[in-house]
This record gives sequence, C-alpha cells and structure tokens, in this order.
Amino acid sequence: MARIDDLTFSDRIFMKGYRFRSVDWLPGARLDKPLSQSKIALITTAALHLPGQPAFDKSIRGGDTSFRELPADTDVNRLKIAHRSSAFDQTGALQDRNLVFPLDRFRELAARGTVGDLNHRHFSLMGSITSPKRLISETAPAVASLLQQDKADAAFLVPV
Amino acid sequence: MCNQSVGLIASTVEKAGIPTVGLSLLREVSKKVRPPRTLFVPFPFGYPLGEPNRPDLQHQIIATALELLKSPDPLPILVDFDPR
Repeated sequence: MARIDDLTFSDRIFMKGYRFRSVDWLPGARLDKPLSQSKIALITTAALHLPGQPAFDKSIRGGDTSFRELPADTDVNRLKIAHRSSAFDQTGALQDRNLVFPLDRFRELAARGTVGDLNHRHFSLMGSITSPKRLISETAPAVASLLQQDKADAAFLVPV
Repeated sequence: MCNQSVGLIASTVEKAGIPTVGLSLLREVSKKVRPPRTLFVPFPFGYPLGEPNRPDLQHQIIATALELLKSPDPLPILVDFDPR
C-alpha cells in the first residue's frame, strides 16, 4: 500500500504542508445507459507518450500541464514514459504499460461486450503537478471538452 | 501529486456532464480532493493496476471500479479495493 510516509523526507514535508485543491463538480453526472452500450475513455497521469510525440517537460516548475492524445489503436508497450516523480517506480510499468494505462484490458472488455466501445482517443498527462492552476483552468477543461465532442459516456482515470 | 491531478481532472470532466471513476493510491489525498468516484487500491506508487502481466488482477480492479459508475449511491463515493 502506498502511504505518504513512503515518500522521501522532502516530499513528505511538502505533502504534509500542501494545500490540496479541489474542483466543485456537484451534483455529479450519472451514466444514463448500461455499460455495455457506453463508450469509455481512459486518462492516465503516467506521462505516457507515443515515440513520435514530444516527451513531457520535467524541468517546468510546478509541473508540465500539457496532455497527449493516445489513439485507440496504440500499441501500449511501445509507449514511452516521461515522468519526473521519484515516487513513481517505473519497473512494473516498463514490463507492462497496462499497469498504468489498461488499454488492453479495456479492449478485452469491449470484445466481451462488458463495455460498449472505447473512445477513438485516450489522454495522458504527467501527474506530478504541484501548481495545478493551469491544470484546473485550461488542461482539464480542454480534455473534458474533447470528451464531450467525442460523445464519450464515461472516463476511467489512473494515477501512478 | 498524481492523485490530486487525477482527482482534479475527474472533477472537471464530471462537471462537464461525463461520469468519471478514478483509482487512487493515496487515500489521504483523495479524501481532500474529493472527486466523485474513487476506488482506493492498496498498491505501491507506480502500481495502480496491481501487478504487471496479471490480467486477472487488473480485470478485477477495473470491474470493481466500473461498478462505482453504476452505483446509485450519493456522491462522492470512496471505496476500498479488497484483493481476494
């Protein structure tokens, strides 16, 4: 189990004093159809990117708030990992990207009919963002707007 | 900080009318960020879907998370994953 106490001393001190942000989403949305008819999009914060896409910038203070679109036909194990967090042990994800971006599992669920369909694109960010102002004001709304355009019915999110 | 980022993105997507469910590796953080639906998973950082090359375990986690999307319970929902 992951705990704040597993982090390095400096990360721990930072986390203890950190003012966590939130976004008011009330009253919330409800899935208005069965999962077997729903189109699902995945969002990972593991900083995955295609070999041809620019890597995430680990040098930006406060964190790189950009995102990458990962097409539905992505071969997950070709994805690069550009994460800067020292807490993220990449050993497992390098063996199997589904550990942080379970696209193959969702393909299996779609093939079985458990979920209706997968969105034609999924989204990747680098989650280690300590100054989330831009994430809240620009990046997350941009992703939400693309999901609306795509008529995605639900989103499944994975941190690392 | 990934767990805050996931919570903020989930909240924003939810606000746009699309229901979301997210995994979490840090209950303390998710309780503060309070996204709509969270499955807390008892795994180390970097291992949200449990173990590499364990499709059975990964499917179990995903199925439990997808149940939260169907739940009529009042939001927010924060549930613990219990690997059997």
